[in-house]
Amino acid sequence: MKVTLWGTRGSIASPGPDTVRYGGNTSCVSVEGREGSMLVLDAGTGIRLLGQQLPDNMTTVHLLLTHLHMDHLQGLPFFAPLRRPGVRIHIWGPPSTTRNLRLRVLRYLSPPLFPVSLRELSNNLQFHELPAGPVDIGEFKVKAQLVIHPNPTIGYRIECGNTSAVYLPDHEPALGTHTFPVSKEWTSGYRLAEGADVLIHDAQYTEEEYPFRAGFGHSSIRQAFKFGKLVEAKQFIPFHHDPAHGDVLIDEMIRQAVEEEDPAFEVTPGQEGLVVDLNPQDAEDCKKPES
Amino acid sequence: MSSFQEIEIILARQLSEYLTLAIFIVDPDGNLIFYNEPAEAILGARYEETGPMSASTWASIFQPVDPDGRPLDPDSLPLIIALTTQRPAHSKFWIRSLDRKSRQIEVFAIPLQAQANRFVGAIAMFWEQEA
Repeated sequence: MKVTLWGTRGSIASPGPDTVRYGGNTSCVSVEGREGSMLVLDAGTGIRLLGQQLPDNMTTVHLLLTHLHMDHLQGLPFFAPLRRPGVRIHIWGPPSTTRNLRLRVLRYLSPPLFPVSLRELSNNLQFHELPAGPVDIGEFKVKAQLVIHPNPTIGYRIECGNTSAVYLPDHEPALGTHTFPVSKEWTSGYRLAEGADVLIHDAQYTEEEYPFRAGFGHSSIRQAFKFGKLVEAKQFIPFHHDPAHGDVLIDEMIRQAVEEEDPAFEVTPGQEGLVVDLNPQDAEDCKKPES
Repeated sequence: MSSFQEIEIILARQLSEYLTLAIFIVDPDGNLIFYNEPAEAILGARYEETGPMSASTWASIFQPVDPDGRPLDPDSLPLIIALTTQRPAHSKFWIRSLDRKSRQIEVFAIPLQAQANRFVGAIAMFWEQEA
């Protein structure tokens, strides 16, 4: 299983000289299996780059949306396979008590918010609402679970053989707790993330910022590390960086969190272009992006 | 009893810990999985002391009785009604708390029907009536 980060930023795209290493594109991650199956996690602006690199002969794409906030959806109309004839696109996402997933996606992908409607972009879309039980997609087993974030939001656990990747880009498990972490049983996302080989997790705020943003649905980096320790992740990727945070600040946030939390897991900074191979055929298991 | 809680249950507990209203949370099988500090004062024991309880235990341990002192059928308790019918229910009755005091309480129970057609449990909110 190969995991690639195409967009790591939270809230809004933030290109510029200060965000070159961590990247300015919003959330998008691809997961490739050994047999060629591919899942796309979220459709932030990073999905545009991914779409340009997908092979022309790809006939099916599975896009797994965690939720429908703009930073996770804005890139969808610019995803090249959407315009390719014959490509079937499955869009998976959270349920709602009111409108179905298709209608909720259409709220953005239609005038006046977007000039072209989804129907004009592709007539080969299928929508699926989660969470239900585990779903087999190609060589992957996908598990979804609702987690703490405003509006229905799900996290994903993707298993392939003996390896697992967990994606919780927008998650505030510390919300309302007096001390964090609390017990495993009462922690949002625990079951999903338990023992993950790689955990991609929201680490948007500094400790100083969090009290002013509690309830916005995101974690401070220390909370994210504590969550990673609670679930006993093996590798941890801080993700969904705040748009106001430049590369230097994120480096420092990670350095401090490692120093203060002293985690047993490996910490890999969540930089745009990062590739993590969970079943490496050679010794190099984590290829860092070329700067 | 299931040990890992659904997100709606986690959020309900977190909310209950910030309210002065007494709240009692049960899972879909009726197992008591949490009650908050105001509920501890009425029920006469801390949650940390009692821990989770099965429906048959909590429905009888508090010895609910009607105003004439006759024992109430557990199936008539608002929380049991909310669980079994998945509709809100309300009632006033007497209980004997675990600190052996008799208290009249008013209870309002609601089922927790979650998205994707999931029934995740029920909560009861209750007030102690002035004697």
